[in-house]
Amino acid sequence: MEYVISVLLSGISVGGQYALIAIGYTLVYGILRLINFAHGDVFMVAGLMGIYFTATLPISVSLPLVIILTVLLGFTIERAAYKPLREAPRMSVMISAIGVSYLLQNTATYVTGGQPMTYPDIPFLSSTVNVAGTHTKWVVIITPFLVLVLVFALTQLINHTKVGMAMRAVSKDFETSMLMGIRIDRVISATFVIGSALAAIGSILFFTNYPAITPTAGAMPGLKAFVAAVFGGIGSIPGAVIGAFLIGICETIIKGLPSSWDVSVFSDAFTFALLIIILVFKPQGLFGEAATDKV
Amino acid sequence: MSENVLQVDNLQVRYGGIEAVRGISFNVKAGEIVTLIGANGAGKSSTLRAISGLVRPGGGSIIFEGEDISGKNPTHIVSKGLMMVPEGRKIFPNLTVLENLKIGAYLRKDELEEDIAKVYEYFPRLKERSWQEGGTLSGGEQQMLAVGRALMGRPKLLMMDEPSLGLAPIVVQGIFEIIKQINSAGTTVLLIEQNANMALHVAHRAYVIENGKISMEGTGAELLNDEKVRAAYLGSTNK
Repeated sequence: MEYVISVLLSGISVGGQYALIAIGYTLVYGILRLINFAHGDVFMVAGLMGIYFTATLPISVSLPLVIILTVLLGFTIERAAYKPLREAPRMSVMISAIGVSYLLQNTATYVTGGQPMTYPDIPFLSSTVNVAGTHTKWVVIITPFLVLVLVFALTQLINHTKVGMAMRAVSKDFETSMLMGIRIDRVISATFVIGSALAAIGSILFFTNYPAITPTAGAMPGLKAFVAAVFGGIGSIPGAVIGAFLIGICETIIKGLPSSWDVSVFSDAFTFALLIIILVFKPQGLFGEAATDKV
Repeated sequence: MSENVLQVDNLQVRYGGIEAVRGISFNVKAGEIVTLIGANGAGKSSTLRAISGLVRPGGGSIIFEGEDISGKNPTHIVSKGLMMVPEGRKIFPNLTVLENLKIGAYLRKDELEEDIAKVYEYFPRLKERSWQEGGTLSGGEQQMLAVGRALMGRPKLLMMDEPSLGLAPIVVQGIFEIIKQINSAGTTVLLIEQNANMALHVAHRAYVIENGKISMEGTGAELLNDEKVRAAYLGSTNK
């Protein structure tokens, strides 16, 4: 029983961390119809920054600095690699995104020398706590609550502020939004800023519970978060969050099955198989809109 | 009264190698309703798109309120008081009726209550549906919403691209009634229409566009009675 609880707890926590990355994918897709392949690597870079900054600066300075610089990175990537291609076919932007992804990975290899780096112990988050008879890190307990608070704040922003209204308008129709006087580029930048900030927070939570960061450490969580976004219906924020929790829980359960069954090594394959099955029955994902392509 | 709100000189618009507008000149004076009529593909919409900043003109000048706005970005042009009701209405289907109105005033920082009340006065139907999503409205209601949304920007010049398109005749009549009311309340209107009969009846002055050029101009009444216009755009039996 205790084992089951600990598996569930860590599944929910991993799911929450995926959710924070998945929102970045789904927001950007909602507005630009672009799958931002570099997003997982932005997440990885945020992790590395956490390691380097905490080595020399106090936690109270370095964590906000990680968030600020990750936001700056996301903003710069959009301005430098995607904005010049605004009128280009979507495929070109996607290739640009793949290019940025490799640029970030290679730069990380250059800086770290390819060595796995260990994430620092962040006081409180890394300390253990006893829940229902199992020892677990505080980060596992805090993650789902923090995710819910952030998602609530984000939906308030999108549904009840002027910039949120502009984001919803731009996601439907660039040209008419321009006729309202909306500066499209600012709205697009805002989505990258929000997505990157959430990815930075996600990286602090995720890597606290993760053995080491390598230059490709963003690829797998990024991919799973992307899957979560598709699973929930890409473009939908609640969809991405629910999809992420489901995938996190599902994956952790498979990993936690008795080792004599020999299935834990297939946990990623099972996760993706689940995605395929769901998409066969619900091609738009759980909360996706019927296919309406922008003209 | 005879001040030019908008003066377009020798405007050219090209898409790739195709010349859609080949040197159009016309003007709109304060307080007028001016209409550009012409067949599909004559260059009417391209003219409006160039004025609103959606496409960069290939040449010529567009003077709005004393400033050459040709090639300026749409945000600047909207902030100067030029609002457009786009072809096909283009309301935001995922925003509520009220939000659609608010977004028309996106660049304004003052209170909107009064303007919203005024739009609801013009279109009581919108008030009933103010919490509904725009996409759930009928075509006629969406057109009302598109006009109301543009009014929220307090335009000095309101441009309308084919407001009658795809609407039932009775609804079209209502829309044109409102256009007249809006105009007599002080808003200058530039109207583009294929429905020449309706447009010429409400317009003070009109220009006929053919193959990207102005082929004729005059008052609404003059063009309504012109043999060539009647044959080409009104059907000879229509009066």
